[in-house]
Amino acid sequence: MNGLPGFLHRLEGPQTVGRGPAFWITFAIVFAIACAYPLFSDGYTVGNTVYFFVWVFIALSLCVIWGYGGSLSFGQTAFFGIAGYSYGILTLNFGSAYGFTLVALVLAIVIAALFALLLGYFMFFGRIAGVFLGIVTLAVTLMLERFMAQTAGPEWRIGAARLNGFNGMSAMPPLTIPWPGGDIVLFADIGLYYAVLGLLLLVYLGLRILMNSSFGNVIVAIRENPERAEMLGYDVRKYQLITFVIGAALAGISGVLYTVWGQYITPSSMGMTAAALPLIWVAVGGRSDLTSTVIGTLVVLAAFQALTIYGSQYALVFMGVLLVLTVLIAPNGLVLGAMNLISRLAARCNKGDV
Amino acid sequence: MALLELRGLNKHFGGLHVTNSVDLVLEAGEIHCLIGPNGAGKSTLFRLILGEHDPGSGDILFAGENITALKSFARIHRGLSVKFQVPGVFKGLSVRQNLEIALQRTHRGIELVRDIDRLLTFLNLEAEQKQTAGNLSHGQKQWLEIGMAVSLKPKLLLLDEPTAGMSPEETHQTGEMVQRLNADGMTVLAIEHDMAFVRQVARRVTVLHLGQVFAQGSIDEIVADERVAAIYLGQAHA
Repeated sequence: MNGLPGFLHRLEGPQTVGRGPAFWITFAIVFAIACAYPLFSDGYTVGNTVYFFVWVFIALSLCVIWGYGGSLSFGQTAFFGIAGYSYGILTLNFGSAYGFTLVALVLAIVIAALFALLLGYFMFFGRIAGVFLGIVTLAVTLMLERFMAQTAGPEWRIGAARLNGFNGMSAMPPLTIPWPGGDIVLFADIGLYYAVLGLLLLVYLGLRILMNSSFGNVIVAIRENPERAEMLGYDVRKYQLITFVIGAALAGISGVLYTVWGQYITPSSMGMTAAALPLIWVAVGGRSDLTSTVIGTLVVLAAFQALTIYGSQYALVFMGVLLVLTVLIAPNGLVLGAMNLISRLAARCNKGDV
Repeated sequence: MALLELRGLNKHFGGLHVTNSVDLVLEAGEIHCLIGPNGAGKSTLFRLILGEHDPGSGDILFAGENITALKSFARIHRGLSVKFQVPGVFKGLSVRQNLEIALQRTHRGIELVRDIDRLLTFLNLEAEQKQTAGNLSHGQKQWLEIGMAVSLKPKLLLLDEPTAGMSPEETHQTGEMVQRLNADGMTVLAIEHDMAFVRQVARRVTVLHLGQVFAQGSIDEIVADERVAAIYLGQAHA
């Protein structure tokens, strides 16, 4: 990868699996297929695929905080919900004219990140670590769920936006891009598909660069040995807080996109089941790598949806079994295990050629 | 000139006095060894100097500045560095990445690559640079961690049992390395049980016992001290 601007070198590095022409050619082919896919499919199926993509961001948030940073957050859904509700409240009050939905999207993510900054400050600078971090974040998301579930009365409104208790908020406008000659409205089919795919590409590549940068080095160092990292002169708690806020922003992206996709958001999106599922996707995929997280999440989501046809309870039981099997067979993740196997085989073949 | 000065340093854990009014002055440029029986408070003293524990009372002065209230990372920025008793390398990362993490705070780009290579040669770990640090032998891990600590170019290097688990030959090599670093201007404070190592490197020795400074002097004075023999060396050499 010679001749590229400096930061693009970071697309490859010790923190991300996949390097060299073979990887990037495969990557380009997969992306081209993803781009062409709506041309060969119907609107409903494309909309359903958008739904899968939406969840990848919250999975990446766990990958960053837990897989790279070593802090298990059980409450990424809190940021998901905060961003989703924020988007609803903002757009129900201010509408979608002049591209405001895009402003609301950014603001909602910022609000989720600010909440994470506050929560994370007290956790990390209060020296909460390990399993207690998981307990605190889980408690926060469950409290938010309980709180939003009791907002059914008419007094629970922010401006024109009723919070609507357990039924949640609905009828917020979809993303609307101002355009001369008529706004482009991104409904939950082809329009939103390309927008989300583009965002996913940017976030994935951006995170690859970030994780292979000196910042990424420090957060994996903290995962491996926080005391040693501090004794090399790194302010461990500051790095943990920044990682946590980045993760919250990623979960916030999921929350906003989910709200945009279905034009509703309910308290159960912050509940126990919602909080547990991303952990399973990420654990099954392989939490310590971005690519395995993306692949694992999409595969498990598709399997989950296919099983839901036979009953959602069965699908949840299957998820539990899958998690147990992963922990027993490949604690670092099934997809990551397979990817490492492939790269080892490829390396052996190359050696054989020479 | 005093580089490190501990004044009346106290640390209790509940009713247990781990360090009890410790006064210690370390001159710039010396190699100072800290010895004493297990539980004497040596490692706790290191943790107090590094800011991992807050002292109940007392002051820590480093290069003339009172650093008692500073966080650990800030003390490292002032010129402290440490190698822990149990090798504290980043086990899941490669040897090269371990050194990169140590050096990247102060080095960038081509200079960073060159300094990592130089350090790999210095530590005799060139062949192992792509290996996961957790797979190194115990001695190699010790060396890697010493390399990481030294790479910060500290004014004061703290070594907590640098030769634990090493063969006599490796111990001697480590001693030579410490002397070389000292010749380049690094002050060294080492906790050590291996008296051959202490004799090889130390100009001054402090004996810690029950959280207090028990005796201080050259290695010959310490070995000749009957009180020290009674509490520590006598047992060690019995």
